[in-house]
Amino acid sequence: MGQITLQGVRKSFGPVNIIKDANLDIEDGSFVVFVGPSGCGKTTLLRLIAGLEDVTGGQILIDGKNVVDVPPAKRGLSMVFQSYALYPHMSVRGNIAFGLKMAGLPRPDIDRKVEAAAATLNLTPYLERKPRDLSGGQRQRVAIGRAIVREPKAFLFDEPLSNLDAALRVQMRLEVTKLQKQLATTAIYVTHDQVEAMTMADKIVVLNAGQIEQYGSPLELYERPANLFVAGFIGSPKMNFVSGEAVGEPGVATLGVRPEHLRIGKEGEGWPGTVSVAEHLGSDTFLYVDAGKLGLLTARCIGEFNLKAGDRIWLSPDPTRLHRFDKDGAVIRT
Amino acid sequence: MARKVTARRVWVSTAAAWLFGFLIFLPILWMVLTSFKTELDAFSMPPKFLLFHWTTENYTTVQERSDYLHHALNSILIAGGSTLIAMIIAVPAAWSMAFAPTKRTKDLLLWMLSTKMMPSVGVLVPIYLIFRDFGLLDTRAGLVMILCLGNLPIVIWMLFTYFKEIPKDILEAARMDGATIGRELVYVLTPMAVPGLASTLLLNFILAWNEAFWTLNLSTLEAAPLTTFIASYSSPEGLFWAKLSAASTLAIAPIIILGWFTQRQLVRGLTFGAVK
Repeated sequence: MGQITLQGVRKSFGPVNIIKDANLDIEDGSFVVFVGPSGCGKTTLLRLIAGLEDVTGGQILIDGKNVVDVPPAKRGLSMVFQSYALYPHMSVRGNIAFGLKMAGLPRPDIDRKVEAAAATLNLTPYLERKPRDLSGGQRQRVAIGRAIVREPKAFLFDEPLSNLDAALRVQMRLEVTKLQKQLATTAIYVTHDQVEAMTMADKIVVLNAGQIEQYGSPLELYERPANLFVAGFIGSPKMNFVSGEAVGEPGVATLGVRPEHLRIGKEGEGWPGTVSVAEHLGSDTFLYVDAGKLGLLTARCIGEFNLKAGDRIWLSPDPTRLHRFDKDGAVIRT
Repeated sequence: MARKVTARRVWVSTAAAWLFGFLIFLPILWMVLTSFKTELDAFSMPPKFLLFHWTTENYTTVQERSDYLHHALNSILIAGGSTLIAMIIAVPAAWSMAFAPTKRTKDLLLWMLSTKMMPSVGVLVPIYLIFRDFGLLDTRAGLVMILCLGNLPIVIWMLFTYFKEIPKDILEAARMDGATIGRELVYVLTPMAVPGLASTLLLNFILAWNEAFWTLNLSTLEAAPLTTFIASYSSPEGLFWAKLSAASTLAIAPIIILGWFTQRQLVRGLTFGAVK
């Protein structure tokens, strides 16, 4: 079991409020990603759940039990750190076994569990090595092994892949997702990388300035962002925002349209602009269009186009895919 | 881009390193050589390098005139005692400053170091008077105390920088793994801190062993360590170079042997934090 509920959780460091009233319901077995720009409080929120920081106010429930006064060692969670935080003086075996040793398990049980975890993570040949003799990817696996071997109520991941190179990151991303599905253990994963968030999560929590902006499945966030911040944060390239007279709808302060929902239309149709940069990625072409008073618009076209910088084009948004926001930035549902 | 290393460059830098190493070693070598010369050879001009009359007479005289073992024992007790007490005080002090710093921790550290900025001679008179009034002159306890106090700032600084380098994440990982504070100390922190503790201990021992200012001024015979023993060979009646060298060789021999066997820890301690 591993159901985690946050009720009015607050955290301040001196006069600075890092987390402002966080409410969240994380279902057992789900993979939840905290995402947001740096300094938004996502790591702090994770550390509050872990117990490595004390809450200033509110409750954290694990399986219905308030744990704010329970030390991290007794919360039954395990954590994978960004720096791996392996014990440098212990072998891989010692690292993975440490939690079980602390729990007072008999030696044969420890060995059996460690070897099973090592087999799952392809670490069997390295069990007797020290962390310094391992590559970055292997160290990361040891850190994960240390987390899974204890069969915790939930895994907490603090940007675990950010120290790996791009190719390895993609591979580990898949492995972590697969492992979590296989173990069916609740996981909370902190990242600033929205690709990781979109691909790994069952549900995403978008944080900004200590506030939960939206909580939902990746596609929900993509298709129905609750406000300007989420609309701008999720999706790459960023959503285009148009405000002012060009909106032309009463009560709507800002119109949002994703780059893939801008079509290149006939002359005189939609918004006119001049191509300032055309990025040809092979499968896609990103056009950065200077649309005068509307600012810079990004359009994503499929396939190769003969457009180049300086060309004059007309962009028209798909009317069914428009996002409308009021003057406070909240979405207007129709 | 890696710089191209030519054979010539390797040869030149190797030769330079050997030359530099030899220059640093030369005074010690000269001292050992002189200790085997007669007093006459020790003074001869031009100096004789290896072709002189080798004799162990100086060592016999030194041993006859003064009790080497007595002074050596004093050195061991004073250096060892002051190091031990300094470590007992410094470990928790550095520990708390490294892992639970307050906003005044930096000031406190700087204040500690500032006590080393004044020359010792500046406080010689008050310290001497205190020692006299408390009956500490020429006692081992008095020397242990003054050397311990003198080295404490350096010991705390070394340990502080060492503890500071232990990543906090690892301690938190241990906490997440279910370790209590006590077990965190035993299984994670102490094993990681051992090299730092060892090098600090060794360096402090060597510093205390070689300390001459306070030992010379505050001891005469009873508590006199090897530094005082050496100095007794430079007397108003004249310098006896050969005997002085023999005494010095005897005095530094134990510490050189200790240093030889622990050089790996020492180098790590002296250059700690210089490279990642």
